[in-house]
Amino acid sequence: MSVIKLPESIEDVVVNLLRLANTKLPQDIGWALESAAAWEPNAIASTQLGAVLDNVRKAGLLGRPMCQDTGIPVFYVKGGYDPSIADAIARGVERATREIPLRPNTVDPLTRENDGRNLGRGMPVIHHLPSDGDYTEITVLVKGAGSENMTRLGMLDPSDGVAGVMRFVVDAVLDAGGRPCPPGVVGVGIGGMADECVAMAKRVLARPIDEENPDPVLREMEEDLFVRLNGSGLGPMGLGGSATVLAVRIDKAHCHTASLPVAVNIGCWATRRASVRLGAGDAVYSQGAWL
Amino acid sequence: MAVKRIRLPLSHDDVRGLRIGEVVSASGPLVTGRDAVQMRALDYHDRGKVVPKELEGATLFHCGPIMARGPNGWTVVAAGPTTSARMDKAGPEMIRTFSVRAVIGKGGMSQDVLEAMREVGCVYLAATGGTAVSLAESLPRVRGVEWEDLGMAEAMWLLEAENLGPLVVAMDAHGNSLYEDVRRSLKRS
Repeated sequence: MSVIKLPESIEDVVVNLLRLANTKLPQDIGWALESAAAWEPNAIASTQLGAVLDNVRKAGLLGRPMCQDTGIPVFYVKGGYDPSIADAIARGVERATREIPLRPNTVDPLTRENDGRNLGRGMPVIHHLPSDGDYTEITVLVKGAGSENMTRLGMLDPSDGVAGVMRFVVDAVLDAGGRPCPPGVVGVGIGGMADECVAMAKRVLARPIDEENPDPVLREMEEDLFVRLNGSGLGPMGLGGSATVLAVRIDKAHCHTASLPVAVNIGCWATRRASVRLGAGDAVYSQGAWL
Repeated sequence: MAVKRIRLPLSHDDVRGLRIGEVVSASGPLVTGRDAVQMRALDYHDRGKVVPKELEGATLFHCGPIMARGPNGWTVVAAGPTTSARMDKAGPEMIRTFSVRAVIGKGGMSQDVLEAMREVGCVYLAATGGTAVSLAESLPRVRGVEWEDLGMAEAMWLLEAENLGPLVVAMDAHGNSLYEDVRRSLKRS
């Protein structure tokens, strides 16, 4: 008997990606949460980390979204430019919203109308990263509003220097308090222009947190911020304790000689992502993004 | 850590007996409501229009759940707390007008809200943000829905909790706020 296997369409792949990202926490994030729970000395903080881990386990077993805020999915498409991909992704988002189900989150910014499909003007959010490989990679980062609303952009003076950048990041995280559901991942963009700076701060959240930053200067800043933030006392959900961040990820780009832009984009404890590589063979899924 | 079981709705005395730092689990009726419910409830009240009676003395859960309608009615699929600070502006009026006894949310609320809580007798219970599956399991019954036209996330869902928790008493009726205590002792070095 012969089996005829139909190739998965982009629409199918997007539904799978959203299901994977929403129901299963990436391994690196899960490990970081477990280790934070093991180290946490504060009793109230321990109840919070315990509740988070318990919830992650149940979501995986039941195949349900781990958080009711299934966010806005941000797609990064790496490969040759295919003009039809945006429509296919949109169809996938609409179907995933119905099938998984995801919470219908997208509204008109002024009338606040919601048509229930997670689509609309400017949606889905897709960033194209051109590459000449013979495959296409799609990564989705699921971004809820609690953490996204804490985004901060600072156009610092060049004379503020590294110390000014560090101060800006510490203040952004501590002023956000419990609102972005700590402990999560802190994404930082340094340089570029205002738009690219914020885009970098978000894009780094898709990087696995157990992967070393290849730039030694940025790596040292990441480690320094990690220690400072976890010594701040903010703790899980801002209720006090040690575990305030799971990781800090930084990227930089050249900027104008008269500028020093810094952006902070926070990922909650449920920093959700999934990737797929589409080439000649079967689709290969991963939660350790290739970005 | 010892978890204290509490029965909803809370009486004035129950509320006064709770102190910040305590961890509780709650059973009994509660209502969901966030931005839109708060705006409509206060608007209807001002204009003398009828407001669902469940709001009076309620446990108000700042939550926009994912709900599913099956053959036996509605079920809660995912229900975690939303950021309560968005409800800061009308929070004090909401608590005073409807004698809200408990607010369940995440991230805490303003000093003005804390003052209204002290005056009326109301506590803020912090649920663990994002733990939507566990919390949904502790909301086994849906008693109904009001103002469904506001959309799934914004409607007022009338739910029944069974050992919902852990909930941290983060703002109490004596003017104490755990968030404030943490904020004051933050090290920014």
